[in-house]
Amino acid sequence: MLLLKDRGFVHPIASEITSQAVFTTRRRWLAAMGAVAAWGPRVAWPQAAITANGAALPGARSTVPGALTMEKPTPSADASTYNNFYEFGTDKSDPAQHAHTLKTRPWTVSIEGEVKKPATFGIDELLKLSAMEERVYRLRCVEGWSMVIPWVGYSLSELLRKVEPTGNAKYVQFVTLADRAQMPGLRSSVLDWPYLEGLRIDEAMHPLAMLAFGMYGQVLPNQNGAPLRLVVPWKYGFKSGKSLVKIRLVEQQPATSWSLAAPQEYGFYSNVNPKVDHPRWSQASERRIGEVDLFAKKHPTLMFNGYESQVGSMYAGMDLKKWF
Amino acid sequence: MVLSAVSRAFLQSVVAHRATKPTLFVLALLPLAALIAGVVNHTLGPNPAETLIRSLGDWTLRLLCLTLAITPLRQWTGLSTLARLRRMLGLFTAFYALMHFSAYAVFDMELVWADIVRDVAKRPFILVGTTAFVLMLPLAATSFNRAIRWLGAARWQRLHHAVYAIAMLAILHFFWMRAGKRNFGEVAVYAAIVAVLLGWRLYKASKGTRYFMKLGSHSAKG
Repeated sequence: MLLLKDRGFVHPIASEITSQAVFTTRRRWLAAMGAVAAWGPRVAWPQAAITANGAALPGARSTVPGALTMEKPTPSADASTYNNFYEFGTDKSDPAQHAHTLKTRPWTVSIEGEVKKPATFGIDELLKLSAMEERVYRLRCVEGWSMVIPWVGYSLSELLRKVEPTGNAKYVQFVTLADRAQMPGLRSSVLDWPYLEGLRIDEAMHPLAMLAFGMYGQVLPNQNGAPLRLVVPWKYGFKSGKSLVKIRLVEQQPATSWSLAAPQEYGFYSNVNPKVDHPRWSQASERRIGEVDLFAKKHPTLMFNGYESQVGSMYAGMDLKKWF
Repeated sequence: MVLSAVSRAFLQSVVAHRATKPTLFVLALLPLAALIAGVVNHTLGPNPAETLIRSLGDWTLRLLCLTLAITPLRQWTGLSTLARLRRMLGLFTAFYALMHFSAYAVFDMELVWADIVRDVAKRPFILVGTTAFVLMLPLAATSFNRAIRWLGAARWQRLHHAVYAIAMLAILHFFWMRAGKRNFGEVAVYAAIVAVLLGWRLYKASKGTRYFMKLGSHSAKG
């Protein structure tokens, strides 16, 4: 069906959500199509990780303003098989196929730098550090696609407050796991490992900036950044580091992997902004993953990914073309 | 050269068989059929538009390599009947290029021509791919026998040498497309194939073989 008119977002109705039975039937079709699928490597997609058997991780509905979009969530099967996690390969289907080698326990996250109480937290401590909330965020990838994902976790500020940042803590750097034994993608030189990301301290303390431990009511699948990841919904997806191992509070703007690799293409801020094109492509619209209708119209990309009223004031007076 | 006289005679008759061309025609349509089946059954993954666009690009490149392989294969093996298949492979290359471009125009750009023009100008890899596609059009349009007569064999031949530029542009298009992730494994494979196929022609040309001219005048006699 060719939709000639953008009808904005549509509230999901129960009948619109793919039922387990239909989903299973489709998977059976997928298996039946195996012979045909062999025609091209990209046609074969891995099985979904979110299934009825996953470990539950419930969260109470978040009360943080803007944390619960009413848009229809992306099917969990898509969100867990279409991933950018280069530590497990650069194809979108690679992480779901290869991330089973990631060991998520034991796991520690150390917090250091400009803090009064530097500490190393075990994953079980982190899981209990604050009440788990469910937050339904839009996720906009810099490549021009987007999803709507129900995450489970809490505000990053809850953790940062525990270690008491000093007055010199102007920025936060996030260091993610880089272990050749567990991550086959590290053999490639796509990026310098470990993957580094960063935020300004006020961004990191914003209640929408989130530490996620789960999605769709379950523990995070490995390929989505288990056992814990950052989710910063108003920035392009790559700002949200996966499988975090270290958080450093620092005085100077920290190095981030993509701006080291291609400084003219990826800035430190990387706020979602339809008016600032990526040098390689326009950022004005996005394709919503999970809309099976091939002719579904692309969605217009929103300023700060639709979180302008919550986060816009942090960038008041900044030239966002310069600080892209 | 590489083949014994008996096996060459047998393969010659296979290639010349009247069922060979229809079989090749059907085979060349299978990738498209599989993609359409994938669209219908929702088996193209979470981003079917992207899978469709990229797979059509892959098949364009594969068919281009096959088309370019005909002449060297014929020279290496002495299977002169292979020449019968070249036009069909060339036309299928152009057909998949058209499908690839159309899928991009429809699914990525939603047929907004102003956006397409801006996108072609803005993104070098799109510009290079579009150039390769546009260069294919006169070749496809002059693929029939009478066009050779109208143009004259020499001019027709010169026009169709554009396929070498098309091949290099196609590789550059693929290279730039993958540059974002520095994922050059597959690019290297196709680049090596094209390098061998074009390098062989350069080598032949440097030895002063007038193979292409002979072929041209032969076809023109029709």
